[in-house]
Amino acid sequence: MSEGERVVDEATRSSLPAPALEMLGITKRFPGTLANDHIDLEVRRGEIHALLGENGAGKTTLMNILYGLLTPDEGEIRIDGHPVTIRDPADAIARGIGMVHQHFMLVPVLSVAENVILGSEVMRGPVLLDLADAGERIRALSEQLGFSIDPSARVEQLSVGQQQRVEIVKALYRRARILVLDEPTAVLTPQETEEIFGVLRRLRSEGTSVVFISHKLDEALTIADRITVIRRGRVVGERLPGATTEQELADLMVGREVSLRVDRGVGHPGEVVLSVRGLRVRDDRGQEVVRGIGLDVRSGEIVGVAGVAGNGQEALIEAIVGLRRPAAGTIAIDGADVTRASPRQVRERGVGYVPADRQRYGLVLSYTLEDNFVLTEYYRAPFARGAVRDERAIRERAARLIQEYDVRTPGSTVRADTLSGGNQQKIVVAREFGDDRLLVLEQPTRGLDVGSTEFIHRRTIEQRNGGTAVLLVSADLDEVLELSDRIVVIHRGRVVGEFDAAHAERERIGLLMARGEAA
Amino acid sequence: MAAIRGRLAGWWRVAALPVLAIVLALAIAAVVIVASSAFTGIGFFPLLPLYAYGNLFAGAFGSDVAVNNTLVAAAPLMLGGLAIGLGFKAGLFNIGVAGQFLAGAFASAVAGSALASAPLPLAVGGAILAGGLAGAALGAIPGFLKARTGAHEVVTTIMLNNATALLLAWAVTDLVRAPGFTFPRTGDIGNSALPVLLGRNLHLGVPLALVLVFGIRWLLHRTTLGFEIRTVGANPNAARYAGISPLLIVTLTMSLSGMLGGLAGAIQMLGVIGFYASGISASVGFDSIAVALLGRSDPIGILFAALLFGAFRAGAPLMQITTQVPIEIIDIIQALIILFLAAELIVRRVFRLRVRPMEIEGATTVTRSWGAQSVRG
Repeated sequence: MSEGERVVDEATRSSLPAPALEMLGITKRFPGTLANDHIDLEVRRGEIHALLGENGAGKTTLMNILYGLLTPDEGEIRIDGHPVTIRDPADAIARGIGMVHQHFMLVPVLSVAENVILGSEVMRGPVLLDLADAGERIRALSEQLGFSIDPSARVEQLSVGQQQRVEIVKALYRRARILVLDEPTAVLTPQETEEIFGVLRRLRSEGTSVVFISHKLDEALTIADRITVIRRGRVVGERLPGATTEQELADLMVGREVSLRVDRGVGHPGEVVLSVRGLRVRDDRGQEVVRGIGLDVRSGEIVGVAGVAGNGQEALIEAIVGLRRPAAGTIAIDGADVTRASPRQVRERGVGYVPADRQRYGLVLSYTLEDNFVLTEYYRAPFARGAVRDERAIRERAARLIQEYDVRTPGSTVRADTLSGGNQQKIVVAREFGDDRLLVLEQPTRGLDVGSTEFIHRRTIEQRNGGTAVLLVSADLDEVLELSDRIVVIHRGRVVGEFDAAHAERERIGLLMARGEAA
Repeated sequence: MAAIRGRLAGWWRVAALPVLAIVLALAIAAVVIVASSAFTGIGFFPLLPLYAYGNLFAGAFGSDVAVNNTLVAAAPLMLGGLAIGLGFKAGLFNIGVAGQFLAGAFASAVAGSALASAPLPLAVGGAILAGGLAGAALGAIPGFLKARTGAHEVVTTIMLNNATALLLAWAVTDLVRAPGFTFPRTGDIGNSALPVLLGRNLHLGVPLALVLVFGIRWLLHRTTLGFEIRTVGANPNAARYAGISPLLIVTLTMSLSGMLGGLAGAIQMLGVIGFYASGISASVGFDSIAVALLGRSDPIGILFAALLFGAFRAGAPLMQITTQVPIEIIDIIQALIILFLAAELIVRRVFRLRVRPMEIEGATTVTRSWGAQSVRG
């Protein structure tokens, strides 16, 4: 099947309801890149339309154009068949377009009702807000969608999933008939994802059109009525979920055949590199969250730590890399005690660390790529001679790593925050991977697209084959199962099970993760 | 040719907002000048601002003497501006420059009078060093408190400003009062006075300040310590992750910042004032905040901003004498400049500017560091 071919035939097309939204030939250029290249997108009334593409493919740019945050260089937008010009978000809202951004646009200290009416306040008299009326409408809207929400609750007290629903209610409160959700599941638990899908189906049945932006193949197949795939700013295919497969979608997205499963091969474990004994660690609130963990990682093996988020993984990692002092127990690397070592002392023993939150820990977003590539090694040769930086060595390293790790960037002197999430993660990975003794990987592919995930997995295997000891912590059980030679299950700060890759049963591990026992 | 144009465009991107803020401030101050002229002896005179600004310029740059006066007034502002700007780079707002200025002035006055008859290089060097060290010590205290306990440096430095002024008033009255004067003051500084290099008053402090402008610029951008300071300012979490100790860097940066504040006091004392008495003006400490903001925390920007403010101070007397426009108009202009820098949207609208929003580092520093956690580690 050739690229760009539309598998939706004309008969099916004419039986569908009228298009609520048409974007025709949308083109947007940024300096150095063509973010959107004559993109056509059509969304019918009461349709859930998935917009699928890798990070940086141009999905968000397209939706920002629709929402009036960006002006297209070329192209036309039609709503209910009528051409419209959308100058700013107020325009978009007036035309019934609602947007739920990936990072929520809520004011944490305000109540749900206050957030919902923000910008379209209903007044009672000249100074007083009419919150009661808003509260009623919010309640009615949420009941309609099958969930309940307290309009007087403060947003900061809500879970991430609840906050997302507030965003949806906010859009509907402004009478949105076309709702755009940008990567809505990226921050949700599987449970919350199921719930939000239920909400979207209700919206569909009431005639709202939904644009669902994602790079997750299974989710697009589950929820969408139609899927449009874009790659490097162009539409490369339109598919119906019943008539396609994950593999086909992945190939379309990436533009070549990708292996959804990496070939792990066999590890050859050598001597023990990381040795953790009787470790106890407290979190910031003084709670003991690691309660007696023992763990060995050998050179040339990948040990995966499986566990539901919040069972002590974070504190365990922080203790190992020196960011948190353990309350008891020992940590040794290559036989040397590093229980109370500083982060730098730990690094000096040949430890690379890819943190879960790349924007908070792994990168300085306002720095250039060059500075980010030497963030952890800026002080030593060849990047510094004495106390003075060697700009040439720093530039050379950036050029080499950009090429080696295929970082998509216009250059090495642009700021890190101009890159997409996947490319930012590649910077961290490129910096931390090398001739390490131990690699600590924390959610290394969270939020990444298929292509970047495959790339990072392949590199991880290469590191192991080169004799590095790898400790992998991931909330994604599939990732742990796929990469690990050995799997350790933790629950409430304790190791509750240990498996060889050959004998790892998904079901059993899942039960151990959830309950701490497999009975 | 294209390269030159590119460079000019780059310069304009950085300097457009500060320059236009100054233009706008001068324009509004002109209205004030015209309006107030109606109430003074001159009577209503619409062209008065042109005469006033012309004389202001002549007073600042019109002769060798004028230029020297401008440079002498600008030098302590350069050092004070660097002190604030360096703090901003590490995410710290050192409001204590006023106190550090006084401490530096006091310490250099005391050391200067002690070394009054020592050989010149020793006397000058020792007195300057004493001023720098006193400022550094005063900066280290809030730095350490911030790093260790999270105590906000804005609060602690403001408190230290008052404590310092009162402590020094007591010290000059009861500890180091020189005999033979009718009021409490320190003794003559003799050989410790900064040598005059040019004209009547251009002293050694001016080249010293210039050297430090470029020295701090080099420190920030070319050394590993500068990288550490900037990293702690840009993302303290990433700094810790990268093996940098925020505790050390925050303390060190505040000490360096305090040292610059102390040096500002030292050159003013040794080059201009000559003795310490309670009640000497610490306005340099506060004008420095304006200088750092106008210079966008960049050493070169601070250099130009300090020259501008120095020119205002040096030129204002001639303006007042010849046009009867009061010196206080300078304070109005300075306040307007800061106002427009803070409310840059106004400047954009007036000039239909299309440059990227500028990041006043100070502004983000202040808003972010309020309520921030301690950066222990």
